[in-house]
Amino acid sequence: MYPQTYKYTNDHEWIDLATGRMGVTDYAQKQLGDIVFLELPEVGKTVKKGEQMGSVESVKAVSEIFAPVSGTIAEVNAGLAEKPESINLDAHGSWMVAITPADPAEAQELLDAAQYAELTK
Amino acid sequence: MTTPDHRDQLIFELSTPGRKGYSLPAHDVPPAPLEGGVPDGLLRSGLAGFPEMTEVGLVRHFTRLSTWNYGVDTGMYPLGSCTMKYNPKVNEAAARMRGFAEVHPLAPDEAAQGALAIMHALAGMLGEITGLPTVSLQPAAGAHGELTGMMMIRKRLITRDGHPRKLVLIPDSAHGTNPSSAHLCGYQVREIKSCARGNLSVSVLAEAMTPEVAGLMLTNPNTLGMFEDEICDTARIVHEKGGLVYCDGANMNALIGKARPGDFGVDIMHLNLHKTFSTPHGGGGPGSGPVVATREFEPFLPTPVVVATRDGLRLDYDRPLSIGRVKAFHGNFGMILRAYAYIRALGPKGIRESAENAVLNANYVRARLRDAYEVPYDRVNMHEVIFSDHKQNEYGVTTLDIAKRLIDLGFHPPTIYFPLIVHGALMVEPTESEGLDELDRFVEAMLQIAEEARTNPDLLKKAPVTTRRSRFDEATAARKPILKWTRPVG
Amino acid sequence: MLEAIGVPSIDALFEPVPAAVRLQRELDLPPALSEPDLTAHLGALAGQNADPSTHAVFLGAGAYRHFAPSFIDQLLLRSEFYTAYTPYQPEIAQGTLQAIFEFQTLVSELMGTDLANASMYDGSTAMTEAAMMACRLTKRDRIVVARSVHPHYREVLDTYAKNLGLSIVEVGYLPDGTLDVGALADAAKGAAGVVFQYPNFFGVIEDPRKAVEVARAAGALSVAVVAEPVAMGLLAPPGSLGVDIVAAELQAFGVPLGYGGPYCGVIAASEKCMRQMPGRFVGMATDTEGRTGFVLTLATREQHIRREKATSNICTNSGLMALAATMFMAAYGKEGLPELARLNFDKAHYAEAAIRKAGAKAGVTLRFVAPFFNEFVIGGLGDGAAVQKRLLGSGIIAGLPLERYYPELRDSLLVCVTELNRAEEIDRLAEALAG
Repeated sequence: MYPQTYKYTNDHEWIDLATGRMGVTDYAQKQLGDIVFLELPEVGKTVKKGEQMGSVESVKAVSEIFAPVSGTIAEVNAGLAEKPESINLDAHGSWMVAITPADPAEAQELLDAAQYAELTK
Repeated sequence: MTTPDHRDQLIFELSTPGRKGYSLPAHDVPPAPLEGGVPDGLLRSGLAGFPEMTEVGLVRHFTRLSTWNYGVDTGMYPLGSCTMKYNPKVNEAAARMRGFAEVHPLAPDEAAQGALAIMHALAGMLGEITGLPTVSLQPAAGAHGELTGMMMIRKRLITRDGHPRKLVLIPDSAHGTNPSSAHLCGYQVREIKSCARGNLSVSVLAEAMTPEVAGLMLTNPNTLGMFEDEICDTARIVHEKGGLVYCDGANMNALIGKARPGDFGVDIMHLNLHKTFSTPHGGGGPGSGPVVATREFEPFLPTPVVVATRDGLRLDYDRPLSIGRVKAFHGNFGMILRAYAYIRALGPKGIRESAENAVLNANYVRARLRDAYEVPYDRVNMHEVIFSDHKQNEYGVTTLDIAKRLIDLGFHPPTIYFPLIVHGALMVEPTESEGLDELDRFVEAMLQIAEEARTNPDLLKKAPVTTRRSRFDEATAARKPILKWTRPVG
Repeated sequence: MLEAIGVPSIDALFEPVPAAVRLQRELDLPPALSEPDLTAHLGALAGQNADPSTHAVFLGAGAYRHFAPSFIDQLLLRSEFYTAYTPYQPEIAQGTLQAIFEFQTLVSELMGTDLANASMYDGSTAMTEAAMMACRLTKRDRIVVARSVHPHYREVLDTYAKNLGLSIVEVGYLPDGTLDVGALADAAKGAAGVVFQYPNFFGVIEDPRKAVEVARAAGALSVAVVAEPVAMGLLAPPGSLGVDIVAAELQAFGVPLGYGGPYCGVIAASEKCMRQMPGRFVGMATDTEGRTGFVLTLATREQHIRREKATSNICTNSGLMALAATMFMAAYGKEGLPELARLNFDKAHYAEAAIRKAGAKAGVTLRFVAPFFNEFVIGGLGDGAAVQKRLLGSGIIAGLPLERYYPELRDSLLVCVTELNRAEEIDRLAEALAG
């Protein structure tokens, strides 16, 4: 259901600590409906864990994207911003930004796949 | 290649060079030289994208467009929190009298005594209706009135205490304009969770109310159609800590002639003339959002204010503590005039009866539909009632499907998905304009839909099918916005 | 009905209202009037206001007398237009939605911009919201505004700015009534937006390119305020001259003067501003049968979704007035609007020459010697307000005394001449002003 190799947040984001890439979960995309727009931070921006760094919009709703870990934005998936509907088709395969983490200790505060599945029951 | 259907075409596509739909007065003066008259490089080369049509063509085009719309004059319009009551035609006739329609707003006061008299009189009447005698007619819509009221609160606090405070408390059931208005006024918003019975929780409020809080913005009756019966305690809690109570008057139709916000602790509120006071919605405005308040707010009113002097009515601009202007000129006079006419036509008894009938009608709808639809708060409501789609979810049917099917059965849907605290909210406000027969027709339609949800949900999912257009792909429209017509290339 | 509900009386329905606050008396309002009595009463009040049937009117200053073809008002009286709600259910509102789409297209074309929204309350709030847009887009908090922008508009901007912690800097005008570009450049450093009016409040035709250049150099956005859109039939549109945001008042386009409202504001801007624009947008869409139609779109900018993070708190705007403006723009069209503009230009210049000639001996002059459209400031009148009062007695509303807004212009009147002022009444005005 939720990829084992990812970690998760209470705000329905996933992060692949191996690459620093993150996105929103399948649960999130279901809640939002058809996604129409993404607002993502720029490369080089510093983010703090739990701080808002962007947003996802559907026709009738906006959801904030929070930084799952503190760090610097290393990459932004411009292709996804062009086709945000990909998130509805494959949320866990649609990465938004890659973060170079500032504090490896923060990883321990993230949820694993089983804990996240509990959350979304 | 198929010929496009002219009925689907926009004015730009119907345009034919050389046609005209206007006529001008005689050119009884000599032409003035453009050279020197218009600075170099600022002469327009043309209006290429504007159409050329005859009057007949224009009239047919816009007449056709109108037939694709549904208005209050078409049928019942049970939009909760919108108060879509009948718009009296005598008001339209009055607004078109030359002595109203053609008066310039900057005409000298002595040449506008009739207009000033109406503004002055309406202010008095709104003050009597609400129990809040200090009135501004300047704001152009409800949200505008909210912002104005919040600005007046801010100014009053600065004048009183030297600082405006930081926070505003707003219930989670509030209309979106409330937090956005507070924010535009420089305040941070703290949300107050409603209690299980749908009302503002006095205990939650008491905990949240601190000297940092400028005030509470509440709606009464609230957006669930319930009267906040603990309003006196609520107001007391806010006042005790030096805060002020702002009331969103969108639901005033339940209270006119029955209770006055000034009597139950409200300090300042706005009214929606395009809701409670019958002025037409116009397909998205114009509206008018007067602010009414206690006497303590008088110095802070927007400038100018209509005052009675020995020499007649005047616009008073000498207001040193005013928050300033919120709009050019004096307010939406055309709506002020219509509201004035409405109140004069009803008189005090008629006003009270309209609130009574509005509340009666909404409760009747609840009584008739409470078995077929879930009523989250199943007790006596005021002028509107909320249902949810919970029962219909069982068959995969949502509020949206119910709304769209109602269209096929000849009704405008109720307000849907608001307030946010009810899942799949369907908010019905019949208003007093509907007679028993129309209410019964609406109820029958809703019962039919509940039945169809069980037996034939597909019918609902495909709805509406009887209209010019069916459901739209709004996602694509938002992803790749096309906000104007452009001539096709090639 | 009470039986169905299960209550004994209507009073029982008001039980939740605490007894202490329930009204125990009828409201103290005048008794009900029948329709004929109401009409007579209102007619008497209407008779107490000066209108063009009794007076020659030469007032502009942000509200303009223009001829709207008769068919417009009759179409506006179609109840499917005026008794309809906001088009949230697009399937039964295609009339409203298509009309707004045509409106957005016409306004974009008129102003030379990429896009336009579905209307704002009026020009003053459109300008104020445009200034706020500039602050959001540049992430700066200072607005520079010309003193030759409509005084009411500047007051509204000031009112909003105070509550948002934005600072407003005013820049004056030169002896010829045009913007002091040098002072503007100084003030614009670090500003979010540079706001000017075109033509300005005095009727003078500013050159937007100067303000655009100043704004660009400062990294700010340029905002052009258009209060008399008929001028756009003659003048190059602001968007085509590089202006970033246009805030306009479209009352001149078929919206009655009506003692000040309702009017019709609008914001038109470049594509890059789209997501920061306030107000509604109508977009093209396809339905389940593949047919083209229209829907409200990009709603996530708005208050009902973003709440306190919205671009604006605006909800109800000026739908019906935007419809009037759409019909007006379509009726005059490609050839008519330039013709209308030219007629205004000619009449105003005829008037200015006549006034100057008749009043030469009395020292009556054109205050600002610069190109103007259909408004100009006449100076040398001693006390402008007193002169206006004198002429009122002769059935002429001569223009706007300026002392309240510009104390240095105490001796002046702002005179507006449109296609509806006949040569004969212009001649009368010139004679009367002379003295």
